[in-house]
Amino acid sequence: MLTRLQTRFQNWLFRHRIERGPITLTQRRIFIIPTRQGFMLAVVLILMLLGDINYNLSLGYVLTFLLAMMAVMSMLHAFRNLAHLEISPGRAEPVFCGEKAQFILHFRNRSKLARYQLCLRESNGDGIPSRDKISRGIRSAKASGRIASFRLWQQRKDDHHIVCFDVFPLQDSRIVFPIAAVNRGWLEAGRLTLYTEYPLGLFYAWSYLHFDTRCLIYPKPLSDAPLPFGDSAGGTGKRSITGDDDFAGLRTYIAGDALPRISWKAYARERGLQVKQFSTPVGDELWLDFSDAPDRSVEEKLSRMVRWVLDAEKQGLRYGLRLPDSELPPGTGKAQRDECLCRIALFNLPQPNNPGAAKNSGSFSALFDSRRNTDLNVGVS
Amino acid sequence: MSKQLIYGLLLSILMVIAPHADHLPPWISSLCVALLIWRAYLAYTGKPLPKRWLLMLITLAGTGGIAVDFHTLFGREVGVTLLMLLATLKFMELRKPRDAMVLIYLACFIIITNFFYSQSIPTALYMLATLLVVVTTWVHLNSQNITLKPRLRIASGLLLQALPLTLILFVLFPRVQGPLWGLPQDAYNSSGLDDKMSPGSLSRLSLSEAVAFRVSYEGEPPPRSQMYWRGPVLWEFDGRTWTPGQTRIFAPPEFTELSQQINYVVTLEPHNKTWLFALEMPDTISLPAKLTYDFQLLSRKPVIARLRYTALSHLSYRANLRESPRELQRALRIPKIFNPRAQALAAEWRAQSADNAAIVRTALLYFNQQGFQYTLEPPLLGTNSVDEFLFNSKQGFCEYYASAFVFLMRAANVPARVVTGYQGGEYNDVGNYYIVRQSDAHAWAEVWLEGQGWVRVDPTAAIAPERVQRNLSAAVLDNAALPFMARNPPQWMRELRLNWDALANQWNQWVLGYDTELQFAFLTRLGMESITWQKIALNMLAGLGLIIALFALFMLRHLFAHQPDKVQAAWLKLCHKLAKAGLPRAAHEGALDYAERIAAARPAIADDILDLAKRYTTLRYGAIQEEPARHEFLQRVTALKI
Repeated sequence: MLTRLQTRFQNWLFRHRIERGPITLTQRRIFIIPTRQGFMLAVVLILMLLGDINYNLSLGYVLTFLLAMMAVMSMLHAFRNLAHLEISPGRAEPVFCGEKAQFILHFRNRSKLARYQLCLRESNGDGIPSRDKISRGIRSAKASGRIASFRLWQQRKDDHHIVCFDVFPLQDSRIVFPIAAVNRGWLEAGRLTLYTEYPLGLFYAWSYLHFDTRCLIYPKPLSDAPLPFGDSAGGTGKRSITGDDDFAGLRTYIAGDALPRISWKAYARERGLQVKQFSTPVGDELWLDFSDAPDRSVEEKLSRMVRWVLDAEKQGLRYGLRLPDSELPPGTGKAQRDECLCRIALFNLPQPNNPGAAKNSGSFSALFDSRRNTDLNVGVS
Repeated sequence: MSKQLIYGLLLSILMVIAPHADHLPPWISSLCVALLIWRAYLAYTGKPLPKRWLLMLITLAGTGGIAVDFHTLFGREVGVTLLMLLATLKFMELRKPRDAMVLIYLACFIIITNFFYSQSIPTALYMLATLLVVVTTWVHLNSQNITLKPRLRIASGLLLQALPLTLILFVLFPRVQGPLWGLPQDAYNSSGLDDKMSPGSLSRLSLSEAVAFRVSYEGEPPPRSQMYWRGPVLWEFDGRTWTPGQTRIFAPPEFTELSQQINYVVTLEPHNKTWLFALEMPDTISLPAKLTYDFQLLSRKPVIARLRYTALSHLSYRANLRESPRELQRALRIPKIFNPRAQALAAEWRAQSADNAAIVRTALLYFNQQGFQYTLEPPLLGTNSVDEFLFNSKQGFCEYYASAFVFLMRAANVPARVVTGYQGGEYNDVGNYYIVRQSDAHAWAEVWLEGQGWVRVDPTAAIAPERVQRNLSAAVLDNAALPFMARNPPQWMRELRLNWDALANQWNQWVLGYDTELQFAFLTRLGMESITWQKIALNMLAGLGLIIALFALFMLRHLFAHQPDKVQAAWLKLCHKLAKAGLPRAAHEGALDYAERIAAARPAIADDILDLAKRYTTLRYGAIQEEPARHEFLQRVTALKI
């Protein structure tokens, strides 16, 4: 009961909801509480005040009051450091599993006031990160490639990234917030906390940023997998493997290679198991079929297919994709690659937040469009 | 942690410790400086910090040294010294930002300990400078990539904003009269007069230029030769040293035939003793103090803070006309075994005259005519101090004369006692008050005469009347031993010193002396009625709230206010001008399209208008908005003639 009330109170206070467009950090969105150091200072100040009273130190009173009032004013400064920043989400380019999804946020500072020491971190509903656990070591201080108008460095805390940066007056900054991509499919940026302890570290001012940004995560490609030439049962791309003119060379056998392509001659010469490789001339079509993948689990099959798509694109083939529930006619180029990878990534995944999108049948771009129509009043899970 | 941050912390600690250098044991000061230099060297070369066991060893050795030096590990002095040592040692193991934070808090604490020793105006200014350095470092600690200049700006901004708030708190924060708990023995320095007097004790004191108290008279000040500030009264003599002794009478003294009443306000510097100084003879005082049977004003507690009181004295009086025989007996006691020649001289005088007053006159005449010298550096005296002084050296300071005179009187059977205190003072016309310094310390005598009571006799005035009428430097022959300012400094220097003292006096009265009483008085003068601490606190909170709200308004106003876009305004104005010239912009037309149409219609301004349109779109829709580009656009728009 109490926890429910607490949750409701927090929901009312923080107004958790997912937003689409640019937001401006108004008074209603910025929260402030003292940090542990702030409380420590309070204790120090009380001790000082007791000393002043006891020893009747008039200048001691002055010093104590000065420090206390500076602490109070630092609260206002912390608030001002966040106030009226405009933040809009940027697009996150798809990445493979195991990489970092690079979520982009645009910070626009319309005021003549520099905003120092802003920090971004993932918020998992917990409170303030304890300062000790954040190793303050500056790992890298690199300027963004596009706009060299802000500084950026990263801090690490048990795999939780904290990105700190400054936003200069009358300028826009593009901040990249990396989140580890663990599973294929859509990775939500989730709720991020933008916070600052500027200028004295006595107050923690923060705001929640929950944009409906998400990043498409492709399955991690297998490190090495031969293209499934001629193994597909149907499709126009079926071709003979005996064309001598297309023979491109030998390579070592990898588990899963088709038996007919093993070079028995080479084996007979005791050079080990070698597999014949063929180059396919442009214009030929290749079907990348789910059922051709020799792996057992679905995820492994998908990983193999990602490798196939990447290799096929690299070799300039025309390739089509055949999944159990959909089929993509052959094509080539980046668009084809992205579409294939998208379908592989989303294969067999529920689409809870996309009621408007046709299940898996929509194209890559259609999926992006459907995201735009997402109902904004989705509750926080 | 960056080198710059470490240097900033180093500077903070150095500035905080520096004022303590003159009262710390020299070895502690050198140890602290050595440690700081070592730390700076480590930071400079990037070498690793010393090992833990080494630091432990230094800590133990340092603490042991302090224990040996002070013979204790408790008390204020020791506490301050230990704090200093620990702060520098903490610096040696500075690894995490948390350590730096602890160091900054420690620095603030050490600033406060400095106020035990001095709370003067320079100290206050120095505190502000130190605080600025500390806060700048503090900002640096929390935002490591801000450069020095904005860091200083932020820190000084915070400090300046805190000042008016501090003023409100200082005036309105409900003051509690301390102390809250027992203070250690060494909490306050003793300076000034002692309750013992031996040869040399006052001449040593007269070398000090420290202020004993300040007096402002209501009405005409008395003549200088009447400014005898009564302090401890000494009864017992052991042949060398005079002490107060024990009286058995606790009744108030007896005043008669009072006239020449005078009112004055004394601001007494703390001296850690109970006596309060007042002009002879004191009648009433504004403090709860006791007037003893021998006319000493004693406070209930030692004076540990600057004290302000009004008092009333009578310059003309009859004191204890009917003195008790037991007290008179006390005033005749001398050790018979010492100073036989002086006793013989007194016996001779007694034989010549039965009149006590005549004997007093004889004694003063004796001092005046026997070639006595008033000097700050008299020769050392042996066991029979009075004999040696009277018959051999004949050189001495006021305590020699007072001591010898009272001895002679007692030997001649005239009741007498020694009174110590201050005589004279320096007039400050800037603040219209008198400054009485330690160098004005004086000792004189009182004799009891039938029908006159206790009468003041100043034997020093018989030898060196200038001492009483003018000042010390006029009276002593060899004034080279006096401090420079006590001799005859140039006029401008004197004036500078008096101006400074007047300022210091105001500071003492209003800033340092601001206590519960003064707070109530001040608020009453401001018009507050029926003051309670709740009321003061409410007023304080309201005042703070108001000022903080004002600050918030000024700081945030330009953030939230709708800023008219100058670039857009200028562009719209230009469009308006062109419309008047017959080329209005169509509703659907963008800036660039419109410019092209105008360029076609008016080739004369084609280049200009195309350039402006381009600049406009960049400024308005581009990512970077730089002040110079904006400025140039505005200039070009106004320059364009259609």
